[in-house]
Amino acid sequence: MSDIQNRKPADAATSLPGRLGETVELLSWAEDRAARIQLLIDLGAHFNEVAVSPDVATRPFDEAHRVPGCESEAFVFAVPRPDSTLDFHFAVENPQGVSARALALILGRGLNGVPPSEVVRVDPELVYTLFGRELSMGKSMGLMGMVAMVRELARDAVKQGDAAIDDTDDAEQAGRGRPAAGVKGVEA
Amino acid sequence: MSDIAERGYRHPDVLVSTDWVADHLDDPNVVVAESNEDPLLYPSGHIPGAVEVDWTRDLNDPLRRDYLDREGFAALAERIGLTPDTTIVFYGDKNNWWATYAFWVFRLFGHANARIMDGGRLKWTKEERPLTTDVPVRPSATYPAPQRDDARHRVFRDDVLKHVKAGGPLVDVRSPEEFSGERMHMPDYPNEGALRGGHIPGAANIPWSRAIDPSNGTFLNSDALRSIYEGEAGLSADDEVVAYCRIGERSSHTWFVLTYLLGYNNVRNYDGSWTEWGNLVGVPIER
Repeated sequence: MSDIQNRKPADAATSLPGRLGETVELLSWAEDRAARIQLLIDLGAHFNEVAVSPDVATRPFDEAHRVPGCESEAFVFAVPRPDSTLDFHFAVENPQGVSARALALILGRGLNGVPPSEVVRVDPELVYTLFGRELSMGKSMGLMGMVAMVRELARDAVKQGDAAIDDTDDAEQAGRGRPAAGVKGVEA
Repeated sequence: MSDIAERGYRHPDVLVSTDWVADHLDDPNVVVAESNEDPLLYPSGHIPGAVEVDWTRDLNDPLRRDYLDREGFAALAERIGLTPDTTIVFYGDKNNWWATYAFWVFRLFGHANARIMDGGRLKWTKEERPLTTDVPVRPSATYPAPQRDDARHRVFRDDVLKHVKAGGPLVDVRSPEEFSGERMHMPDYPNEGALRGGHIPGAANIPWSRAIDPSNGTFLNSDALRSIYEGEAGLSADDEVVAYCRIGERSSHTWFVLTYLLGYNNVRNYDGSWTEWGNLVGVPIER
């Protein structure tokens, strides 16, 4: 069991990047399970904030962006910003995917504009912090799959950033004769 | 009008249609109960007057791997306003997967007046019938619950082993990938299900969802079901059948189909399922 599962939401919030910590802290104020579920439903009602728009992707969506194991038929896309951070966009094709839409909103609102090197450090077991332990394995794996795909897209961005830095450094080294200084070895 | 009576089921009265439920929303002798996998679904909107029966909080023992006991069942019945004479109609997400699980647990306590709403939540919502977030307060009821009787509908590992050695039929209702032992968990994650992949020797693989018309969540007619379970899996109504999956929830759906829709007399659900069998020392496994 990972460390995040043993922490109270308020404690877990302090180690999360971007606005993700704010959401986790908000949920920590819920008096009981019913209140927490209502908060999640309320968040999910704002799903359109992070929904895939036609300029990001169109149906049928690229299967490479389908979240494996998610029966809510979720897809995740990442669009780079000029500052090399990402905007995450989600589709939840199953109309009964209420939890998936809530998680999508939390991830999009919490991680859009956050450096990819921080996004890759989000533990997928954050799902248990948000939804509690009373999830079926299928549901928890599907939701964790959404976090894992967000991390994967961030990891790709980190690699591309590394490659770009390496290319720049190689050019600079060739032109100016000084050593490369690329960012290496981001752990996920 | 429902076509349930025309599908050739052995016990058609165990299913009710969405029309029937709509007509009985105010019937004091009917409890409509929603059982879902997704914990956010019921609070986000449910059939007016429906109570929630949650598989983790209401049906499982919080400590032991077992179901609730007599006192727990009586307390649950009191909360949802159920008496032995009340009809309870289960419905839910995932094509009634969790609804049949709840139905199965209620049968362990001998509650005979249980039904499944054909098509479940999917059909109700596709028909654009009303949903509400209001949680009903039903009049409290007294249920003199009996001791849970596992013998008829539930089977444990020692008896499953005897069943295997005797060459008895089993139905593994998991996906083909789980049946074959292919890894099902995502990369970077531990397999929390079992140490070994595969299936119980001799089991036929009929995924639970094949009993459903995916367009509206209703059960297939008896001819189609017989084609699957008898034509493909080689079962017959007189067989002693053991159904299993990972923890016994999906197989409760197949238990329901074989017992009530096809009228098999001796079907038992092995709820220990693969999370138990796949971790047991020394038992045979096939891939």
